[in-house]
Amino acid sequence: MDGVSAAAPAVSRAGRMVRVSGPLLEAEGVPDVRMGEILRVGSDALSAEVVAVEGTRATMQAYEYTGGVRVGDPAVRTGEPLSGLFGPGLLGRAFDGLMRPLTDAPLWLSPARAETGRDGDATRWRFVPAVAPGTEVGEGAMLGTVPGAGAVEHRVVVPVGVSGVVGWIADEGEVDAEARVAEVGGRAVHLSERWPMRRPRPFAARLSDPAPLHTGQRVLDLLFPVARGGAAAVTGGFGTGKTMLLQQVAKWCDADVIVYVGCGERGNEMADVLEDFARLVDARTGGRLIDRTVVVANTSNMPMMARELSIYTGIGIAEFYRDMGHDAVVIADSTSRWAEALREFANRRGDLPAEEGFPANLASELAAFYERAGRVTTLGGHDASVTVIGAVSPPGGDLSEPVTTITQRFVRAMWTLDRDLAYARHYPAVHWAGSFARDADGLARWQTVQGDAEWAARRATALEILAEADRLASLAEVIGVNSLPGRERMVALGGRLLREAVLAQNALSPNDATCSDAKGAALLDLVLAVVEACHAAIDRGVTATAIERVDFGPVIRAAQDVGPEDADAIAAIRARMLATLGALT
Amino acid sequence: MTGRAPSRAGTEAPAVLAAARVAHRDIRAIRGPLLVVGGVEGVGWDEAVEVATSAGPRHGLVLDLDEDRATVQVFEGTEGLAPGAVDVRFAGRPLHLEVGTGWLGRVCNGRGAPLDGGPPVTGARSAPVAGWPLNPVDREPPHEPVVTGVSAIDALTTLVRGQKLPIFSVAGLPHLRLATQIAAQATSAGEQFRVVFAALGLTHADIAYVRDRLEGRTATGELVLFLNAADDPAIERILTPRLALTVAEHLAFEEGADVLVVVSDMTNYAEAVREVSAARREIPARRGYPGYLYSDLASLYERCGRVRGRAGSVTVVPVLTMPAGDVTHPVPDLTGYITEGQIVLSPEIDARGVYPPVDTLGSLSRLMRHGAGPGRTREDHLDVAAQVLAALAHARQSAALAELVGASALGETDRSYLAYREAVERDLLDQRDDEARTLDDTLDRAWRALATLPRHELTMVSPEQVARRLPSGEEDDHG
Ligand SMILES: Nc1ncnc2c1ncn2[C@@H]1O[C@H](COP(=O)(O)OP(=O)(O)OP(=O)(O)O)[C@@H](O)[C@H]1O
Ligand SMILES: [Mg+2]
Repeated sequence: MDGVSAAAPAVSRAGRMVRVSGPLLEAEGVPDVRMGEILRVGSDALSAEVVAVEGTRATMQAYEYTGGVRVGDPAVRTGEPLSGLFGPGLLGRAFDGLMRPLTDAPLWLSPARAETGRDGDATRWRFVPAVAPGTEVGEGAMLGTVPGAGAVEHRVVVPVGVSGVVGWIADEGEVDAEARVAEVGGRAVHLSERWPMRRPRPFAARLSDPAPLHTGQRVLDLLFPVARGGAAAVTGGFGTGKTMLLQQVAKWCDADVIVYVGCGERGNEMADVLEDFARLVDARTGGRLIDRTVVVANTSNMPMMARELSIYTGIGIAEFYRDMGHDAVVIADSTSRWAEALREFANRRGDLPAEEGFPANLASELAAFYERAGRVTTLGGHDASVTVIGAVSPPGGDLSEPVTTITQRFVRAMWTLDRDLAYARHYPAVHWAGSFARDADGLARWQTVQGDAEWAARRATALEILAEADRLASLAEVIGVNSLPGRERMVALGGRLLREAVLAQNALSPNDATCSDAKGAALLDLVLAVVEACHAAIDRGVTATAIERVDFGPVIRAAQDVGPEDADAIAAIRARMLATLGALT
Repeated sequence: MTGRAPSRAGTEAPAVLAAARVAHRDIRAIRGPLLVVGGVEGVGWDEAVEVATSAGPRHGLVLDLDEDRATVQVFEGTEGLAPGAVDVRFAGRPLHLEVGTGWLGRVCNGRGAPLDGGPPVTGARSAPVAGWPLNPVDREPPHEPVVTGVSAIDALTTLVRGQKLPIFSVAGLPHLRLATQIAAQATSAGEQFRVVFAALGLTHADIAYVRDRLEGRTATGELVLFLNAADDPAIERILTPRLALTVAEHLAFEEGADVLVVVSDMTNYAEAVREVSAARREIPARRGYPGYLYSDLASLYERCGRVRGRAGSVTVVPVLTMPAGDVTHPVPDLTGYITEGQIVLSPEIDARGVYPPVDTLGSLSRLMRHGAGPGRTREDHLDVAAQVLAALAHARQSAALAELVGASALGETDRSYLAYREAVERDLLDQRDDEARTLDDTLDRAWRALATLPRHELTMVSPEQVARRLPSGEEDDHG
């Protein structure tokens, strides 16, 4: 298997299994065993990670199905933590939680496949050196590129902990995935690098001034933006649209590399992502979206602890591309399934549970996960980022449950999906009242610098109208909408127009699946101007009923009728609507 | 608590019989459905177990191995077992089932032993009943419809081959009638269509109804019945759906059939899982259900799907009753997180005398957009369905308004929406439980209901579709 050097099963390095309970394993008599190390267990040599040590007794979590593992079976030390092979050949492919390629795996994932891995991968890659022998290089410096390894430039950089003079570098030519391609400071550098999956890759410095990650989803970009290198979470009960929203972000955001982690979710969804992304023409490269995407799929029926690992696998891959100087986005659907794996294992171990059976370290684990997001200066001096976007699936849609409340503390943006909106088929069902964006002020400054000084004001007005319309809606339920005064009815109308014309965005609409900043701003401007004109009409003495009778269809359909980049067409609709409203008497 | 001792185990060989080895007699403890066996050596986790008793064999699985002790879950329950009077044998491999077309046309109990007087079912191959995860990259995204002949489903929440689409119901509603109707009449255009029906904890009256209604399809060898009755061992319910899915996977991915698996009632399944968990003294997550219920249910439902490059599909329609009608109860909630939509039955609609009482707005088939429409069903299908639903949402608001101000105070448009809702319920949703409608009939009925609305309200269908499909002459009234 990847990452674990197949240590010779010397007797002195083996213990004896004494307990097997699903993924929980215990072995006795394992000499010098270390926390976090991988042991190979049973006749299938399954990998299990040491999570507790007491004398020579080791408690392990198995990453695979442990059927057939017996008391008395050997547990052989490898001396190494679980690591993956990071190199060309990741983009465009799908891996399981242990970073084993699924593309080469058999149809039915039985443990018998444990030994298939990329080690046997015969793909040859073209290496193009970028420095000459004798050059002095530091950690993270670029040594060369691998053209053809996906749709973004694959850069081979000096590994962490290595620096000095390039003593030798391979000539341009074809090499194996694990070939030695250079010697730096007397140490060999390979085309692919082994790196422990759970270990964060170091960087030089965090960058703090925020720049937005454009997602193409209006409700996010206009109201609840996430910064490049930020952390965001989307929460909501089943069927409220978490997966659709994450897939939309993955498809349309302006990052270089997408790492899509299906963590304990549906197999059909993964098949969908693979098919969709392979078909989708990528606006950024003109190629296929899948060619700058890595899929990590550990579906709900795959082994539970590999699910736990899969989000680290995803983040590790994203950091690998970050260190080449790219902006990467990790989508993790769903972090709740990951938390459940933690809980399941802790319970089997007999750990004292905290809330709802979750282990007490849930908060620190979640914090550590979201902390790996960041926009940084890499060791090689690039400005690059990892943005982390996770789904949270609260049991019973109850937002006071532990995973949701803890996640809220650690993310910069929270997108809360509302069951009633989803029920009314208002998608994305992001609710304005329950969502937040902690970086909105910083991102407003960025918009100002980019020439849109109105961004913050527009956002504030929209949020105000939405909140006011909500308040009036509950009032109207009691007294009936027609008993509201004219100005209030215009606010209610404004709320409806904002929801239907701006915030709703059908993922399946050819014109509206994604939306540029310019079109989004124009749409919001359109609605705000229309609302203002409605108020002006009321002030002139026009009745609310007369205004409500105006056909707002062109406003509501504008997003669908107009191409994703076409801000001018929206300005035209605006002029016509304002003329109509201005003519009301 | 583990049900009566299985009287019909007898000497007949259940299909799950394990090839047993050394006998163990050192029973250290019996607790709920669990048996703790001592002096065990060389036994693997998850191995199948046979427990020989004077009244015949029972069957189980190894749940936990600790030194020389094995904890075994007994599917038939431990009622009547006494330490010293049983022989425990370990099979050396996980629980397997012989699979093949021999299952078709058979009626069996929840462990796969015949109830129809026929010989035990055998097959040329055996497969592990827990199944293996299907490699996600080998999955083919589902995109062809199953036609159930039930308008509410076919028109508005189309079932797609390879989908898992549960029926959420409440005790007292006709969910079993609906599930049986689907099992009896569902087809996939022109392909080999097979049905596996698993009853979990149903009353004998319900079982008799199911057998009777499905007799035709059983006789033609298109259907398999697994029947676990309310007074059968509760823990057996953990096994029954796995047997059903193992048979289905074989028929689908080896024999190339489109297989529909109908399971009722999954709430009884979840209770069996909870019972085992409690006996193991595990820390519960919500309402006493174990934290792994999500993964456990997923290990069943994820067995449906399609495989790239192969014919055949496994589609699953599980039925579950929501305790106290509460959709946030862990069983419907976790199910909703795994399945691809849901069909919700509503007591209010039932009270209006509509069968099946589908809550159209609360129901959703997430895969419908892939399995319906041009090239799949009919070119107008997705648009007309969207229009029917949007108009029903409007009708719901009109109805709420009518309650507030009285129907007579409603505007003309709102009144037409109330009439529309009646037309939908009467002409589209309501049907006999033995009535199999063609898709054309179903969609034409949808258009007829839409004809009760003013033209300009039909904004989700194109003018061409309106011209072609909308019945002309609104004078053609329906009362
Ligand atoms: N942006 C959207 N545009 C159109 N339809 C949508 C959109 N978002 C959600 N939907 C509809 O809602 C359904 C459910 O969405 P989704 O699968 O994303 O829910 P989810 O929150 O991920 O649910 P679960 O927690 O069960 O995985 C989709 O199949 C689709 O029909
Ligand atoms: Mg989802």
